[in-house]
Amino acid sequence: MTDRDAAAGTSVRRRLLLWVPIFGAVAFLAVIGAPLIGTTPIRLARVFDRSIPFADNVDAQIFFIARLPRALTGALVGSTLAAAGVVFQALLRNPLATPFTLGVSAGSALGAMLAITLRLHLSLFGVSAVTAASFIGSIGAVAIVYALARARHRGFSTNVLLLAGVTLNSFFSALILFVQYLADSSEAMRTMRWLMGDLDVAGYGPILAALPLCVVAFVAFAWLPRALNLLSLDADAAASRGVNVLRVQRVAFFSASMATGAAVSLGGPIGFIGIIVPHLVRLMVGADHRVVLPASALFGAAFLVVCDVLARTAMAPVELPVGIITAVIGGPFFLWLLVRQR
Amino acid sequence: MRRTDRDSGFGVRGSGPGGRDSGLGTRGSVRTMLAATLTVLILLAPMGAFAQPQAQPKRIISLVPSVTETLFAMGAGPRVAAVSSYDAFPPEVEKLPRVGALFDPDVERILFLRPDLVIVYGSQTDLKARLQRASIPMYEYRHGSLADVTGSIRDLGVRIGMADAARTLAATVDQAFADIRRRLKGAPRPKTMLVIGREPGSLRAINVSGGFGFLHDLLDLAGGANVFADVKRESMLVSTETVLARSPEVIIELHYSEPPVPASVERERNTWQLLPGVPAVKTHRVHLLYGGELVVPGPRVVITAQTFARALHPDLMPWGK
Repeated sequence: MTDRDAAAGTSVRRRLLLWVPIFGAVAFLAVIGAPLIGTTPIRLARVFDRSIPFADNVDAQIFFIARLPRALTGALVGSTLAAAGVVFQALLRNPLATPFTLGVSAGSALGAMLAITLRLHLSLFGVSAVTAASFIGSIGAVAIVYALARARHRGFSTNVLLLAGVTLNSFFSALILFVQYLADSSEAMRTMRWLMGDLDVAGYGPILAALPLCVVAFVAFAWLPRALNLLSLDADAAASRGVNVLRVQRVAFFSASMATGAAVSLGGPIGFIGIIVPHLVRLMVGADHRVVLPASALFGAAFLVVCDVLARTAMAPVELPVGIITAVIGGPFFLWLLVRQR
Repeated sequence: MRRTDRDSGFGVRGSGPGGRDSGLGTRGSVRTMLAATLTVLILLAPMGAFAQPQAQPKRIISLVPSVTETLFAMGAGPRVAAVSSYDAFPPEVEKLPRVGALFDPDVERILFLRPDLVIVYGSQTDLKARLQRASIPMYEYRHGSLADVTGSIRDLGVRIGMADAARTLAATVDQAFADIRRRLKGAPRPKTMLVIGREPGSLRAINVSGGFGFLHDLLDLAGGANVFADVKRESMLVSTETVLARSPEVIIELHYSEPPVPASVERERNTWQLLPGVPAVKTHRVHLLYGGELVVPGPRVVITAQTFARALHPDLMPWGK
């Protein structure tokens, strides 16, 4: 028994040492490379030329104000959604679960829609009212789903969680439609645009606001993989092997939900990242969460950054919503996954 | 503004109400003959079943705010029986019944109000089909370029039997445009970005006017060179990178509400400081304009044109009205 565990541990360590540097390199290259690509030709020598004042250096401004924050936002949102996807799939024991399954994104969207329609104009440290309201909305959704899951069972039923999440999703969607219906046409257009996802945050304020939440979530994620391995098979078996199931479920639920809320309020509900990336990664590295989780986070970062490069160059100077690109890639992939499972 | 007249085909100008319209009565017998021939043709055409002799409409329902404004401006206000839910000008519309809008016209209410002319937007195909079934005359309207604004004023005037008043109104608009052109003749044309929407408090989802549509034309008239003139779209979303790359010398930002307190106008203007290198930001030429008329391609385009021109060429444009 212990021998087998030790052997498995060694194999995991070997795969970890192989794949994490590979995906890390891919993510690093994507984040470094993306700001070099764009519709406007910029000269790197000029970008880093300190002798030109920043206010007169358009190349540097394009690099540091427009492209770099976008790449960083893409990396943060992509890795967060991908990692949250892995956690939700294990927690709900459902390979088709996404970070949006439990209604977090719908709550977030409702918050954003209300902020847009009610014309909230406040902003703080570069974080607009829409961003703040969408994060508050996601917290509201998490609280409701959790309360429902708790009310029904003394423990933490993932089935109730799933049902509550799905119901809340459609309920919030109805409310979103209602709010959109009441909005005037220019606001309705903006709400629609928000739903398509957007990484052009124009500055570092919004990234810095979302970062602490994501860091806390990732610290929790780092503690989870072993337990998730057991939990994703069977809760009872996990309990019999000394896993505090309730605590793991709670940590997984709250950390993944908070991460999703932060990512969605930063970049909008960009779909399919949380499902395509974990499954692609599993195809490459196997199912062990100790490898899948960090690899997905890194690959998710790279994937979204690349999608965003497509978004800003494909139809330039018109900006294509990044959510459309991930959906165009993700939709067929999701279906393929569904068919393949049978 | 492209328009077709569904219920009567193409014979509107000369046929039907011509006799009641003093403006048309003077056009001579050749025209009358032509009109008579056209009327016969219409009646013989397969669609002729829907064509009715056109009396001067007395109960007009307008689902298009810019047409509502035009109707009131040419003096047909008392004949407007109902308006869309987005109508806000002139103040008289406040008392009128509302019958839905572009996506949600309230057909039941429209029928109940027994209109003798309904002004519909070109894309309202369902509504058009239903009104046709109820044999209610329609006037179909679509937004277009600035030149279409006066064209459609004249056209509408003919349709409701007020050609003279419409011609006068259109002439006023044309004259005001000519006045602006004259004042700005030879003036430099600053590279301008016309922002028609963005997320408040941030530079996200920046929606700008492309090189097509009445807003672009107004900017052109007001002596600005649209930095997105090459993109033949009415509106488009652009990234901050594109804004930096196109480096507009002036930014005009439209807000379709009443101006909020000065502090919040200032805060919104300062949002552009996120892009300090844009010439318009550097030289403090970011103009935030407020007003419901800014998006309505009706007779008030004159005010919008003057406002744009004043923002772009403060030294050449007089203040006041």
